[in-house]
Amino acid sequence: MLDLILEPLSLSFMQRALMLGILLGILCAIVGSYMIVQQMGMLAHAISHSVMAGLPIAYVVGLALSVGALVAGVISALVLYLIESRSRVKTDAAMALILTSFVAIGVTLVSVIPGANRIDLVHVLFGNILGVTMQEIWWTLVVTVVGITLVRLFFKELLFYTFDPKGAQASGLPVRWYNASLIVAMTVTIVVCLPTVGALLVVALLVAPAVTAYLLVKELHQMMWLGSVIGALSSVIGMYLSYYLDAPSGAAIVLVSFCFFCLAFIFSPSDGLLSGLWTQRRRAKLTNHEH
Amino acid sequence: MLEVQNLSVSYRGNCALHDVSFLIPSGQLVGIIGPNGAGKSTLVEAMLNLIPSTQGVVRFKGRSLKNQLLNTSYVPQRSLIDWDYPATVWNVVMMAQTVQAGMFRGFSRKARHLACAALERVGMYDLRSRPIGELSGGQQQRVFLARALAKEAELLIFDEPFTAVDRKTEDIIFDIFDELRAEGKTLLVINHDLGDSLAIYDQLLLLNKRLIAQGPRQEVVTSDNLERAYGRGLARVFA
Repeated sequence: MLDLILEPLSLSFMQRALMLGILLGILCAIVGSYMIVQQMGMLAHAISHSVMAGLPIAYVVGLALSVGALVAGVISALVLYLIESRSRVKTDAAMALILTSFVAIGVTLVSVIPGANRIDLVHVLFGNILGVTMQEIWWTLVVTVVGITLVRLFFKELLFYTFDPKGAQASGLPVRWYNASLIVAMTVTIVVCLPTVGALLVVALLVAPAVTAYLLVKELHQMMWLGSVIGALSSVIGMYLSYYLDAPSGAAIVLVSFCFFCLAFIFSPSDGLLSGLWTQRRRAKLTNHEH
Repeated sequence: MLEVQNLSVSYRGNCALHDVSFLIPSGQLVGIIGPNGAGKSTLVEAMLNLIPSTQGVVRFKGRSLKNQLLNTSYVPQRSLIDWDYPATVWNVVMMAQTVQAGMFRGFSRKARHLACAALERVGMYDLRSRPIGELSGGQQQRVFLARALAKEAELLIFDEPFTAVDRKTEDIIFDIFDELRAEGKTLLVINHDLGDSLAIYDQLLLLNKRLIAQGPRQEVVTSDNLERAYGRGLARVFA
C-alpha cells in the first residue's frame, strides 16, 4: 500500500504535478466560493472558453499566452456586461453568444495568423498537469498567496457585498470595484488552471470543491477552508488515479471532485438526500401517531 | 429634515419617477404607498444613489444624502436576498459595522456590543449562531431590523419590511419604529399594504410615478387620491 503511494512521488514530474494540484485545489475553492454565492458559474464557463481568443494574439505579439488569455477573459466579461446593461438581451443568451464568438475568434486566428497554428488547441481544451514546469508552480504559488491575502484583507466587505449588494452599496462600499475584482480574480484563476485541466474542465475545479463544502457548512469562511481541503484532496487522488489507470489527469481530478460532491449530496447531515428522507419519514410517523 | 427636490429617474427612456419633491421633518415615521410599479423602490434607491437619477437633489440635515451614507440604514426587499447564503444571524448583523470598522481591520468591541444589543432588542440574540436560511420569514426580517439598528443611523429606510412576517414580528417592528421615532430618528418605510397598518405612520407619501399626495393618512387615503394612484376599482374598495 505504502509503495503505491510512494512510487509516483519518486518521479519529478509527479512531484511537480502534486504540488500544483494542491495549490490549485486551495485557490479554486476560495475563488469558487465567491463564484457560487454570487451565482457566477455560467459566467466562469463563458470566460473559461473566451480566453482562447487571446492565445493566438499573445503568440503573435510575443507575450506569454497566459497574458493573452487573461486579457481576452476580462474583455469577454466586459462585452457581456455591456450587452446586458445596454440592451434587453438576457444574461444566458448574451453568455452563449460571447462564449461561442470568442472561441470562434480563437480558432480562426490560430489557423489564419502565420505561425499561430503551433498553439495546440487540444492541449488548451484538455490541459495536462503532468507536463507542468517549476516556473508555472511558482506563478501559481504567487497567485494563491496574493489571493488568500486579498480575501483576508477584504473578507468582511466581500461578505457584505456578495450577500446583499444593494445594502452594501447603500453603506457606501465601492461595490462596482468588488464586482470587477471578483471577475478578474476568477479569470486569473481560470488562466492559472488552464495548463492543468484545460478550458473544458476548469469550471469543475472552481465549482465542485466549493459547492461540496457549501452543502456541509454554515459560513462562507468555513466553505473556503473545507473547499480547499476537498480541492487539494481531489487533485491528489485524481493524479494518483491518472498515474495508475493511465487516464487524463484533468478528467480524473474532476471526477474525484464530483465523487466528493455526490457523497455530500447524499450524506450531508443538514442538506443531504438521506437526512431529507429521514426527516420526511419521521414527520410521517409523527402524523400517523397523532391520528 | 429630509429634503427631496425634483427627483426624476428614467430607465432606457421610460420615465420611472417624475419630478418628486417632498420634505420630512426629523423624528417622523413616514410610509410610502402606491401600486406595483409606482416607483416606490426606485424612489428610495435614487435617494440613496443606488441607481442614477436624471435630475434632483436629496438632502438630509442640510447636506447631500449620498455623502452621509454612514448615517443611513437601508433594508432592501427580502426578495433581493439569497436566503441560502452561507451566513449566520451574527454575520448579517455585523455587516452594519463593516464600513465603520474600516478597511483591513476587524470589528471593534463597541461594534460587537452594538450588534448584541440590537439582536436582544429584536429578540434574536439566542439564535445568533443560526444560519439565516433556517429562520422563518419573520425572524429573517427581524435580523435585518437588528442590522439597521446596529448601525445607529439617523435616517432609516425600509423596503417592504412587513412582507412574509408573522404577527409577533409585526408587533416587534411596530414597537421599535415607535422607539426610534421617539429617539428623534427619521424613518421611511415602503408599505405594500393599504390596510390598518397605515395608522402607525405620521404621514404618508402616495406615489404613482409622481407624488400624488403627502400628509396624514386621512388626507392622503381619499377616494380621489386612490383613484389617481390605483385606478377606479381599487379606490372604491379602500376609501
